[in-house]
Amino acid sequence: MTKAATGRLVRKIVALLIVTSLGLLAFIPLYWMVVTAIKPPALTLRFPPEIFPSNPTMRNFNDLFKHPYLMRWTINSLVVAGTVTTVQIFLCALAGYAIAKRQFPGARFFFMVYIASMMIPKQVTLVPLYILVSRFGMINTYAALILPSLAAPFGVFLMRQFMLTIPSEIIEAARIDGASELKTFFKVIIPISKPALAVLGIFTFVGEWNDFLWPLIVTNTARMRTLQAGLALLQEEVPLQHAFLMAGATYAAIPMIVVFILFSKYFLKGITVGSIK
Amino acid sequence: MYLSFFDYNVFSQRFIGFDNYRYIFSDWLFRKALGNTFIYTFGVVPLWLGKALLITVLIYPLRKPLQTFYKGIFYLPHVTSSVIISMIWLWVFNPSFGLLNYAIRSLGFDPVVWLGNTATAMPSLIMMQVIMGGGSTIVLLSAAMASIPEYYFEAARIEGAGPWKVFSKITVPLLKPTILYAMVMGTIANFQTFSNIYIMTQGGPQFSTTTIAYLVYNTAFRYYDLGLASAMSMVMFGILVALGVLQFKWLGANVEY
Repeated sequence: MTKAATGRLVRKIVALLIVTSLGLLAFIPLYWMVVTAIKPPALTLRFPPEIFPSNPTMRNFNDLFKHPYLMRWTINSLVVAGTVTTVQIFLCALAGYAIAKRQFPGARFFFMVYIASMMIPKQVTLVPLYILVSRFGMINTYAALILPSLAAPFGVFLMRQFMLTIPSEIIEAARIDGASELKTFFKVIIPISKPALAVLGIFTFVGEWNDFLWPLIVTNTARMRTLQAGLALLQEEVPLQHAFLMAGATYAAIPMIVVFILFSKYFLKGITVGSIK
Repeated sequence: MYLSFFDYNVFSQRFIGFDNYRYIFSDWLFRKALGNTFIYTFGVVPLWLGKALLITVLIYPLRKPLQTFYKGIFYLPHVTSSVIISMIWLWVFNPSFGLLNYAIRSLGFDPVVWLGNTATAMPSLIMMQVIMGGGSTIVLLSAAMASIPEYYFEAARIEGAGPWKVFSKITVPLLKPTILYAMVMGTIANFQTFSNIYIMTQGGPQFSTTTIAYLVYNTAFRYYDLGLASAMSMVMFGILVALGVLQFKWLGANVEY
């Protein structure tokens, strides 16, 4: 082997070592969550800790399922994330299509408003939005959890960017064939946009499932909390039952990890549309 | 915005002009929170961006499946909610039975009370964020890097440029728009950090980890002073806009699209 080739090999090994150790650092906490969740509670308070659990148990999960609100939180999360995702896909597709392909007075203005509201951090609108929701008497209802998330400037932006790439000839051809406006939208535009709609749907669902701050402030009974806000409540109630808490965390994390594995190609391709202007 | 000029709480809604603003700028806690938020943001953003850039460059020459594998590993914490990540790390940071102190003790050092100490609480939170973050930025940067024509790198190599030179003279300048985008977005996101504070430290010890977002939450939803909280979020918004403009000025000057 020449000197240069050896140098390249060494560099490659060093690179792999760096990447692998950084990756392990990010992965170990997740591993630790699962391992703690399947340990008997008493073993979590032992030093040194067991890195590989010697007698795994499902006990913590059994305890978890006995919690009076766990199922309710799960259902709340599913209802909220499911509704928001479905409605958002539909609304964003409509709005994106209108802005990208239909000429109407103020289209540019509306688009600018969307872009501008995309730039406003969530925290800034938090208090006014809360007051609005409470004035409508919606505190502690599904409406409060769902409605504010339906306005999704990012989704509209994403759809508009995608729909710009659809050739207008297709739409004209549909019209010449006698398709109505709605028919064109449902039979032509929606099928073409499927990949973009999938991306939007997956990201929305994960985002809503993982959302914490908004559910925390608009719910004031344990029953109405979503899974994330419920977990926070558990953490406050039993801060010392580590195994139990990690079982809760594992339970809430697994659906998203499954979604990630199933749709990893969407995640890892990245929403590049968003970054190019 | 409108609200921030009011004495707005459960009992009264009264116009008080700029009093809320005058109050928060004289409030030591708000100033401390502002300082903490800056420390957190400027601690996290460079490290996290540096990490993402490093990994992107290192995995770029790898074969596709391996590249995807690494991207997947780094992305995994991103689909896990911040609540869950915070709960895990609260356990990892546990002073007596936590994984981190176990590692530290096995290396022969004294255990540290990570979150219970004013000196270490904030650095601990920053460390956690840097370790867990970066996944989506790596994906973004990799996509941008894949669009750089291969012959740029080849030409540089033929000219005899070393890896560092290729990185600093070709990769970084060409990735600049993406880096800028990630930096602005990362600054905005980290400036608003809330879940980790709420779950892990409640702003303590001695307010050493109280960030603006947490203070806004407490002011609005524990003390129900919604007017004051609005004023705080307006200040935060102003700062974020200013930071965004600064970053664009600083990095955007010689960006070629």
